[in-house]
Amino acid sequence: MWSLQNITDNIHDWLYATFNPTVAMLIEYAIIGALAIGLFAMLGLVLIYMERKVSAWMQLRLGPNRVGPKGIFQTTADTLKLIVKEGMTPTGVDKLLFNLAPFIVMIVAMVVLAPLMFAKGFQIWDLNIGVFFITATSSLSVIGILMAGWASNNKYSLLGAMRSGAQIVSYELSAGLSVLAIIVLTGSLRLSDIINSQENGWWIFKGHIPVWIAFVIYIIAVTAETNRAPFDLAEAESELTAGFHTEYSGMKFALFFLAEYVNIFVVCALGATLFLGGWMPLHFGTNTRFNEVMDYIPSSVWFFGKTFFLIFVIMWFRWTFPRLRIDQLLNLEWKYLLPISMINLLLVTFIAIMNWHF
Amino acid sequence: MSFIKNYLNDVWGAVKSLATGMKLTSQYAIHHKKEKITQLYPDNRDTLLLPERFRGEVVLIHDENNEHACTGCTACEIACPNGSIKIITKFDITPEGKKKKALDTFVYHLDMCTMCNLCIEACPTDAIKMDQTFEHSVTDRNDLIKILNKPGSRIRDGVE
Repeated sequence: MWSLQNITDNIHDWLYATFNPTVAMLIEYAIIGALAIGLFAMLGLVLIYMERKVSAWMQLRLGPNRVGPKGIFQTTADTLKLIVKEGMTPTGVDKLLFNLAPFIVMIVAMVVLAPLMFAKGFQIWDLNIGVFFITATSSLSVIGILMAGWASNNKYSLLGAMRSGAQIVSYELSAGLSVLAIIVLTGSLRLSDIINSQENGWWIFKGHIPVWIAFVIYIIAVTAETNRAPFDLAEAESELTAGFHTEYSGMKFALFFLAEYVNIFVVCALGATLFLGGWMPLHFGTNTRFNEVMDYIPSSVWFFGKTFFLIFVIMWFRWTFPRLRIDQLLNLEWKYLLPISMINLLLVTFIAIMNWHF
Repeated sequence: MSFIKNYLNDVWGAVKSLATGMKLTSQYAIHHKKEKITQLYPDNRDTLLLPERFRGEVVLIHDENNEHACTGCTACEIACPNGSIKIITKFDITPEGKKKKALDTFVYHLDMCTMCNLCIEACPTDAIKMDQTFEHSVTDRNDLIKILNKPGSRIRDGVE
């Protein structure tokens, strides 16, 4: 199977053979940083274009169609405009926190990339608590949002930030519990172990109905966690103008915007890894002809295909469902998702103990 | 037990209605090429299709004899919520020698009009209608004050 693993291994070996270990490690850090920033820039351009096109299709519109063929350079033009715009700091804001907040949100989104496995053997850091690391660090972004809302010295921003806090803290519970369902079946928090456990079929096929329920709850909870419609109470265009980033403009606003899309990518990548097998091709059973045919498709294509499918589903939610009120939002979490996912976790544990999964 | 039944019914109803909505939008997404409603306006200026009920501006209907149906009753002027219409009347002399009220000038302030359609509904003789022209940009706002009756026009015979 063609893989990025050979390339990364060759570069690694060559660096360690040419330079002394410290310099080689520093060069690797620089390469990883450049790749991460490049991925971020590409994600921002591609996902925003995709969002606008998907929304246009669902509303029978055309979407961007002027800049470049089919409007593919629209987001590039928007980004250029945001770069040359003045990054204004209004008087009356807490200057340090106000300028720090977008970077905190962005750095959190960047740190979460570390344990993700983009292709076979293509991973920044295969730490043994990968899933735990992602769930723990991704919840730090609420600090950046609260910081932005508080420092803006604006009642709308503060309301948006407070709502966002309530929302992220409560939805993390059901997201965590549905992630635990897969951890129980796999018995490991390491992402490579989780992917290898799906070699004879993805968990969504192997785990019966409880994994389906966990998957649906995961998708709903991460939609809420990334502050997207129908759970966009932190932004709330219609009531709070733009919520926590009302006062931001130029590149600082762009960082919040980009962080939102990168967060969607990260949660969808985690969902694809846990439930749809990450880079693992579609396998049924072991050593069948079907599996060999599937192996010809590169692992990175599988990973990005699954991730973008989940991103499409989340966009589909956004352009279909009506928004919730804050009390309805908290009702949905505490009265429905949390009890269901608790009972579901018990069911999954029972299945795992009895070895009823395939 | 009924509590659990209601709870599960709630969950089932929610899932079902959300699935219905997602089915509809996915159908739209699949068929967006066939059913798209966007008009590529400046490009298709000649073949532009406007919705039937689109309101552009008020016009006074004239037929080929330069005759209209306005009696100068000022019902439209009274119906207009923001005073965009001003009717100036005169007195015609009928063949029998009687004086009869008639339209002299129909002044229409397009710059104030909100296209609410109330004047058209108020008109007892259907003399005015909403036209679909919409390219109203001018460089002087006085150009937006329009006189709707054409010069030399008169009321059609038989309209009371």
